[in-house]
Amino acid sequence: MKGKRNLKVEAIEKGTVIDHIKAGQALNVLRILGISSDFRATISFVMNAPGSRGKKDVVKIEGKELSVEELNKIALISPKATINIIRDFEVVQKNNVVLPPSVVGVVRCTNSKCISNSSEPIKSKFSVLQSEEGVTLHCLYCEHLISENIAENLL
Amino acid sequence: MSLKNRHVISMKDFSREEIDHILDTAERLEPVARGEEKLKLLDGKIIALLFFEPSTRTRMSFEAAVQRLGGKILNLGSVEASSVMKGENLADTIRVISNYADLIVLRHPLDGSARMAAEFSSVPIINGGDGSVNHPTQTFLDLYTIRRESHLEGLKIALAGDLKYGRTVHSLCYALSLYEAEMIFVSPPELRMPPEIVRDLQKRNINVKETDSLEKIIGDVEVLYMTRVQRERFPDPEEYEKVKNRLKVTGDLLRNVNPNLKILHPLPRVNEISPEVDSTPYACYFEQAFYGIPTRMALLALAMGVIE
Repeated sequence: MKGKRNLKVEAIEKGTVIDHIKAGQALNVLRILGISSDFRATISFVMNAPGSRGKKDVVKIEGKELSVEELNKIALISPKATINIIRDFEVVQKNNVVLPPSVVGVVRCTNSKCISNSSEPIKSKFSVLQSEEGVTLHCLYCEHLISENIAENLL
Repeated sequence: MSLKNRHVISMKDFSREEIDHILDTAERLEPVARGEEKLKLLDGKIIALLFFEPSTRTRMSFEAAVQRLGGKILNLGSVEASSVMKGENLADTIRVISNYADLIVLRHPLDGSARMAAEFSSVPIINGGDGSVNHPTQTFLDLYTIRRESHLEGLKIALAGDLKYGRTVHSLCYALSLYEAEMIFVSPPELRMPPEIVRDLQKRNINVKETDSLEKIIGDVEVLYMTRVQRERFPDPEEYEKVKNRLKVTGDLLRNVNPNLKILHPLPRVNEISPEVDSTPYACYFEQAFYGIPTRMALLALAMGVIE
């Protein structure tokens, strides 16, 4: 008989499982990955699931192995998330997300006077800096720094 | 060292060696800037001036620099009469104009506009001020003035006035940190240097002090860089009046200063330097305005590769 935990989200045969997402950030993870209503694969997720390190969110994407480059963007909002690539119900690859050195078209610059917020044909561009205080984004156009509310400014 | 085809967007794009090279070139060109020698380095070259917001000084000094070197100027004219009013974006304007000219000088009200322009241009872009972020040619001319009238290495400098919003002081501090300057920031508490800049300077082992009084520090410095405190930064007019008078350079203030003190100001000034100071040997701000010409000549000539 299936355990209660399995009833919440079934194990997947093939695809990507993003685990240890900061509680409450699952929807932002989908946003950062550009997953919207026209995405064909089956997505399931749990929010505020109890885990050994406190509450967490989990996202499962069936039938699709996302690239490391795409997945690393998650580190912006949930630096402790882990990525599991599943084949035949087995975890064949497990990695921690790693902060990318730069992000393009992912976050909106919070400086309203930044050229990337105008109607010019460009995407926002940031270099990503990590310090003891956390993640800071440095706008490569206007040089503005964003260290708070990154999740709220996802494009 | 070649700076051919380099964009001039932010001071942070330049190493100390490159800055020194630009200042050396400005010094070589200074007699041309004064009209004492003729050197038509830009003969046959077209320089487009795209000024999307009003500027007298920067624009005229670029025009003078181009003309002293024998180049021709292509002007955007008024923004109202241009294709911008038809809704053309800056990227397209730059793509078109970079086919007309050998270099573009851009001033634009949006932050980061010059950096974006560089992505779309086939010719070098010189940033003549983009929003409230960068105005590198001002910083180059400030550095040149300090080098000509005082010295850069290990300089003791006070920067006074609006240190919170003043883009010129932010970029000057960064550049001076390459020369291990000692810096004193003098401002009312409301207009202090942003803490992230202070922290950044301290990380570079730069000695930084902050105060709100010119009297306390004026005897200790070799250069005083004054900036204007703008009325609109203060919600309370009375508060503005108090601050305005506290940060004022007068003849009295200069009684016990270093005899080699030099006072700089990016101009225009309002009342932060009394007219009586103009005739003292300390006043350097009008010479500083002139130094904008050889500095901009150097940047134009180096970016176009007509001088090495």
